[in-house]
Amino acid sequence: MLAKRIIPCLDVRNGRVVKGKKFKDIRDVNAPVTLGKHYSESGADELVFYDITASSDEKKISLEFVSDVAKNINIPFCVGGGVHSIEDFKTILRKGADKISINTSAVKNPKLIKEASIKFGSQCVVLSIDAKRNEKGSWSVYIKGGREKTTLDAIKWAIEGVKLGAGEIVVNSIDHDGMKKGYDIELLKKITQSVNVPVIASGGAGTIDHFYQAVNEANIDGILAASVFHFGEIRILDLKKELKYRGISIRL
Amino acid sequence: MNVILDYDVGNLDSIENAFKQLGISFITSKDPNIIKECHSLILPGVGAFEKSMKALEETKLIPVIKEHISKGKYLLGICIGMQLLYEKSDENGEFEGLGIFKGTVNYLDVKLKIPHMGWNQLKFKKRNHPILKYIKEDDYVYFVHSYYVQSNHDELLAYTNYEKIIPAIVSQGNVYATQFHPEKSGTVGLNILKAYGEMIK
Repeated sequence: MLAKRIIPCLDVRNGRVVKGKKFKDIRDVNAPVTLGKHYSESGADELVFYDITASSDEKKISLEFVSDVAKNINIPFCVGGGVHSIEDFKTILRKGADKISINTSAVKNPKLIKEASIKFGSQCVVLSIDAKRNEKGSWSVYIKGGREKTTLDAIKWAIEGVKLGAGEIVVNSIDHDGMKKGYDIELLKKITQSVNVPVIASGGAGTIDHFYQAVNEANIDGILAASVFHFGEIRILDLKKELKYRGISIRL
Repeated sequence: MNVILDYDVGNLDSIENAFKQLGISFITSKDPNIIKECHSLILPGVGAFEKSMKALEETKLIPVIKEHISKGKYLLGICIGMQLLYEKSDENGEFEGLGIFKGTVNYLDVKLKIPHMGWNQLKFKKRNHPILKYIKEDDYVYFVHSYYVQSNHDELLAYTNYEKIIPAIVSQGNVYATQFHPEKSGTVGLNILKAYGEMIK
């Protein structure tokens, strides 16, 4: 059976991991390749690097880390953050990334999903959706790192994204992000029931139970988390052993 | 000599990295003179079948590859590199492959999610084969594909289940191929390449 994926997410700025400082036992924890390798050896099934470098000139230099990761790590990895064009896709894929995630640029220019999936294949086009519950009880799509509300409905946008060619959907709940109270199961359920591509849950993990709920109740394919891994609150291996013990299909 | 065929179908860093880690020597090339001399050829591939086949045609290396195989030299196809070894594919049309293996590449028409993407388990059809030396049944490897091989399974060494039987490792003579990416499959993937490396020594 296809294993459920555990995916640590790393924020990168100017070629360095942000918030990596808690790893006392490894040297140069701020190098994406070092931390990536650490996670890969700890049992991560995949890695996501999110480049938050602001200026486009600096970004070109920052993205050098992608080649480093490709040359040193034997598991798949996704790169996101500020990808606007087919040219950006090409640059990052050439450096060895397996997947590219797009968010704001896909909302502003949905054709990008289609063009990228035709040119590079659906498998490398990941549509990342930032969603927040609205007053009508449904979920609105936000862009620009959650700062700007759009008129899009998150579930409809997921369906549309897949129609355009996205091969995977990452659902990040703005309400749950950083709260450590669990994933937004209701939203995730609605999305896994609506699309036939892998769905990755993001935002809200605090305990092993939260991971279990996302898989068991919302039938998601992968779980993405940042701080619980970075701050050593949950060890990936412990998490995987526990999930497997509870009957989830897990690669150990 | 072990050559990774560089025919402009994407990044080869991961494959090169895997060989480096294992201490298996290689060169990356598309020079026909070098390929004629090599005793092991790695045939990678990403993206669509047609695009990969066209890129291969453009290198004018197809006769060289076929000669390489007919002389009984080693070859390892990876992902699309495996699919290219079959007779034809129906990905976005109908396209001829190299026809080394009997069988076709068809859309993976299942109720499960497509692409078949992620870590799935290997089931062995043949045991005690040297390529399987360092791995065991139910080990996980990384798959990313929407098309799969249909054949009479004579060449099948290991498969995975995804509603259908998905050929995962195949071999005939000294030609080997994997549908998954050993270079992205962690330690298990490295162990497959290690076994291949020992065979070509």
